[in-house]
Amino acid sequence: MATTTLSELKPRQPDLALDQIIKVAIMAVGGQGGGVLTNWVEDCAHRNGYVVQATSVAGVAQRTGATIYYMEMAPASDRKPVFSLMPAAGDVDILVAAEMMEAGRAIMRGFVTPDRTTLIASSHRALAVSEKMVPGDGIADSEEVIAAAEIAAQRFIAFDMEKMAVDAGSMISASLFGALAGSGALPFERESFEAAIKASGRGVEASLRAFAAGFEAAAGGLVERPQWGQTKSDTANAPRGPSHLVEKWQALEARTEALPDNVRDMALTGLRAVVDFQDLDYGAEYLDRLDQVLDHDDPGKDYELTLEAAKYIAKAMAYDDVFRVADLKTRGSRFARVRNEISPAEGTQMKLTEFMHPRAEEVVGIMPSKLGRRLSASEKSMRLIDRLVNKGRRLRTDRLLPFAQLYILGGLRKYRRGTLRHAIEKEHMERWLEQALNYRKLDYALGVEALRNRRLVKGYSDTHARGLSKFDRVMEGVALLAGRDDAAHWCKLLREAALADEKGDQLEGALKTVRSFAGQPETALQN
Amino acid sequence: MAERSFAKEVQKLKIGEGETFSGEGILALTKALLEAGVGYVGGYQGAPISHLMDVLADAEEILTELGVRYEANASEAAAAAMLAASVHYPIRGAVTFKGPVGVNVASDALANLSSSGVTGGALVIIGEDYGEGSSIMQERSHAFAMKSQMWLLDPRPNLPSIVKSVHQGFELSEASNTPVMLMVRIRSCHVTGSFEARDNKRPPFTVKDALATPRSDYARVVLPPMSYLQEHDKINNRWPAAQKHIVENKLNEMFGPKEAPVGIVLQGGMYNGVIRALQRLGLADIHGETDVPLYVLNVTYPLVNDEFFEFCEGKSAVLVVEEGQPEFIEQALGAALYKSGRNISLHGKDMLPMAGEYTGQVMLDGLEAFLRKAAPEMLPARLRAPNSEEKPALPDLSKTVPIRPPGFCTGCPERPIFAAIKLTEQEFGKHQIAGDIGCHLFATLPPFEIGGSTMGYGLGPASNAAFDGGGEKRSISILGDGGFWHNGLSSSIGNAVYNKSDGVIVVVDNFYSAATGGQDVLSSRADNPTKATGHPIADAVKGVGVKWVRQLDRTYDVPKMREILKEALTTDHVGPKVIVASSECMLNKQRREKPLMNKAIKEGRRVEKPRFGVDEDICTGDHACIRLSGCPSLSLKKLDDPLRDDPVASIDQSCVGCGNCGEVADAAVLCPSFFRAEVVHNPGWLERKLGNLRSKTIAWLQDRRSSTRIEFART
Repeated sequence: MATTTLSELKPRQPDLALDQIIKVAIMAVGGQGGGVLTNWVEDCAHRNGYVVQATSVAGVAQRTGATIYYMEMAPASDRKPVFSLMPAAGDVDILVAAEMMEAGRAIMRGFVTPDRTTLIASSHRALAVSEKMVPGDGIADSEEVIAAAEIAAQRFIAFDMEKMAVDAGSMISASLFGALAGSGALPFERESFEAAIKASGRGVEASLRAFAAGFEAAAGGLVERPQWGQTKSDTANAPRGPSHLVEKWQALEARTEALPDNVRDMALTGLRAVVDFQDLDYGAEYLDRLDQVLDHDDPGKDYELTLEAAKYIAKAMAYDDVFRVADLKTRGSRFARVRNEISPAEGTQMKLTEFMHPRAEEVVGIMPSKLGRRLSASEKSMRLIDRLVNKGRRLRTDRLLPFAQLYILGGLRKYRRGTLRHAIEKEHMERWLEQALNYRKLDYALGVEALRNRRLVKGYSDTHARGLSKFDRVMEGVALLAGRDDAAHWCKLLREAALADEKGDQLEGALKTVRSFAGQPETALQN
Repeated sequence: MAERSFAKEVQKLKIGEGETFSGEGILALTKALLEAGVGYVGGYQGAPISHLMDVLADAEEILTELGVRYEANASEAAAAAMLAASVHYPIRGAVTFKGPVGVNVASDALANLSSSGVTGGALVIIGEDYGEGSSIMQERSHAFAMKSQMWLLDPRPNLPSIVKSVHQGFELSEASNTPVMLMVRIRSCHVTGSFEARDNKRPPFTVKDALATPRSDYARVVLPPMSYLQEHDKINNRWPAAQKHIVENKLNEMFGPKEAPVGIVLQGGMYNGVIRALQRLGLADIHGETDVPLYVLNVTYPLVNDEFFEFCEGKSAVLVVEEGQPEFIEQALGAALYKSGRNISLHGKDMLPMAGEYTGQVMLDGLEAFLRKAAPEMLPARLRAPNSEEKPALPDLSKTVPIRPPGFCTGCPERPIFAAIKLTEQEFGKHQIAGDIGCHLFATLPPFEIGGSTMGYGLGPASNAAFDGGGEKRSISILGDGGFWHNGLSSSIGNAVYNKSDGVIVVVDNFYSAATGGQDVLSSRADNPTKATGHPIADAVKGVGVKWVRQLDRTYDVPKMREILKEALTTDHVGPKVIVASSECMLNKQRREKPLMNKAIKEGRRVEKPRFGVDEDICTGDHACIRLSGCPSLSLKKLDDPLRDDPVASIDQSCVGCGNCGEVADAAVLCPSFFRAEVVHNPGWLERKLGNLRSKTIAWLQDRRSSTRIEFART
């Protein structure tokens, strides 16, 4: 090999003009208007006497997939520069991420480096399918991305540009463009950015509004955490109703004063939920059950058991039955919320259609428990009822008759305590509570985890049945584990496995593991 | 109507000598064709050249004015076959399709064309779909050039070079009587830039002239013994003629100093990436002035050994930068060096990876490795003895950041079809399902995970042929309308009829070739002034002999779709069971309807706008609905409610009210959380009165109940 050849050439001095190239990458999700944003940036750079080259990868990426737009620019001179067609790791000056996880992807790919990169990210989330389809909570943690961004980026700007754009009646491309301008990362005046928007001709006013909002926020160097939820619990705290009921409520509220400090808030929330579900007496029942758990609790453990009981007893008591759904669907507050969400313009009318699909199980569930039990024991009757009721029903609740149907059903909740469904739910709850308290005697932490397993019961029809079966299987696993030091830990793992996929494959795997060591004397305890 | 309109941009095609053209790569290509006096153009859409087809379609008027024939060919094979017009006639013709899959489809015609040889310049513009953003298997079109003896151009990825290569391609084709492939990569198709325009040129000899004075010469027909002669003609005459033309016209370029210890041979398309790496190594300036000599192969096939040897003169080592595998160029150059007895080290895939895209980092690492080995003294001191640069430790995000593959758009009419198939599978168990090319292939991804193979455009049902004999459970195959007309009618449907297939075929008819950008096909429902549309797929299917055909005109009807599927899977009928599921592509529909709707609202006409919503109190956060949907507008939100562990479903304002949520919730008996809200704009007098009366009554009932119980004001 002729590797020893010596060159007569001396290494050249790096071309200082290379530092003038500004490299901008935009990482977006298909449909976010990354192309429009690219055109604006390009136009703006042209206005400032720069040569620009932009590229994108259209392909199937435009269908909701992750996609990158890339631009390079430099002050124009008599000779054309040679620009790259794609971003390189460690060689990007400005990274615009139109969504939080795309910012994460940019960091992972090395496009964000502390020596040079300004990272401008919208803090909102466009959830990927893999996050949404998990039966539990599969949403990726934006905090992890923010933590990484704070290390990786030279400058980091993040706020909810999606909301900003929607509020302005525009697209996120406009608020991103505003944030890019406001960040000062490009050496151009605000007017030239706005001129690019004006020249593009469509939806200019709205775009300029979103641009301005983005500009101001970025100029302030904002880093904002992603925010979830619009329901503020404090606004929901005030009871409304006839005064004699409010008085009675206050008495119940006073009872919660006797609970440990850290339990009180949850107990109040739970109390509200069960009273809302049934009535004040039901609320008293709830507090009785809670007191029962409190008797078994340990102050040394910060009353964790009662805290979890306050949450999950409320959830168990406020199950979802036909009355409940009918009641919720016909409430004034619900109508107001829908109106708020859809925000129909002045002078318009709104039609409202509900999608119901009752089955024999639901019908039998609202029957008096004796009758219901008898019917559900007979396959023939169930088939007959199913034939009568089991079909998709679309109810126009903006119309009087369908509304009245649901309204009356909702009113029948007074009779709920006598129904089959209530009997089943009550039985199930009591068995669960009893089991949990038994475990508590043996192992405090396991008792707490057993209470938390109630999280698995949710959904309607088949989904509900699947949830119940998962709950049962986890509780079976817990029975095997009881008495071991790591029982609570394994109980938690089982529950998490149950929430990871629909069919319960992961749970089955976890149970297999549990069976392999539990129930046998001290084998797996070594590690 | 295609997804993206170039109606405005194509006006730029009219500019002439002395003016500067600026825009995207695909527009530049079209402009170059017009400047080169092309006589006919055509092709088949597909990334990354879909937009080139759209540009041509939108420019049809300009083309016609110039006497240029534009044909939206039925397939790549049809496009390549059209180049037959250049065999006998001195007419320049150009077609475009994606590579290498399009070239696969076209290869029969291309091989025959190459054997015949051409009189007029014949250009195949190939959008090489390789690397990031590609939608297909990773292969190279290069092999086709080699096996058929077509010449392959791979120009530097900037507008002036791409435009120049169009002219050079025609000239080379005519000088060597050989069709030429002009390759543009994904990013070059959409790269922006500018070039000095020339006047458009009317073809000196048009296709109409040819029809008036027909020619034929059996020596050009691929039949023995002429085909044997044609092979010798390729080797003895056309090849040397091409090489001579390449050298004399300097189609390949050399940059950098003449004297240097090392050099780099590269495909033209790699030029910007190589220069960037050299810039980062301190060996090139902003304008691309380089210290390392470059031999840029704007023609990657055939190679010209003498030119290469000249470049090697005085060098101890040469690096070949050739993206993709196998390394055809490196092998050829290596063999040439060896046979010539030269003592020079040849590097390539030992420094750069054999497979995968040559991204910025890959290129930087490869060039640095080569220089470190072959000419370390050229590297800046910093690189020769790198100080341990401190890189901050970053948290590992690989488990946090979710993958984001493409999926069905909001309101896509294909979603309910696959929801119905998934529900059917929940009832009858998993089936042998074959997919096809097109948007519907996204169904193989979560949440549907339906289908396990894709063999090629229009080949879905054909790829289930082994199962045509039937068995305990019938096989199901999916075919899109694009694939149906491309190849599916004969290769899949005809095949199934002839072989008495027992399978179920679902034809997804969304009125467009949607995956490639919404181009019209034969069965499109829209009026197209220059093309014949409105030919129903069901008629075609019946025409080739399918007896069991079911037409579904609203795919959002999930129960109906499920019922038809059930029938298809259980009927006694002998022969293929074909379901044509038709609903318009929502992307196109929205683009068409939205402006009309807004106009109607402004004009005071009555318009209903549907949207879906989820009652957050009723949703328990199980997400079963999402596992049957995956709609971008059906997402999750976390409630500020300590009793809720899991996020609840939520529909954002991008919802188009297609109805899938409600249908699926109903068909799968999921939950009563969904509601549809239809906002009625400009309601009539009676409707308004009645509506107000209803809401007042309802509000009264609601207040009445509220006043008898404790409620907590939730907003």
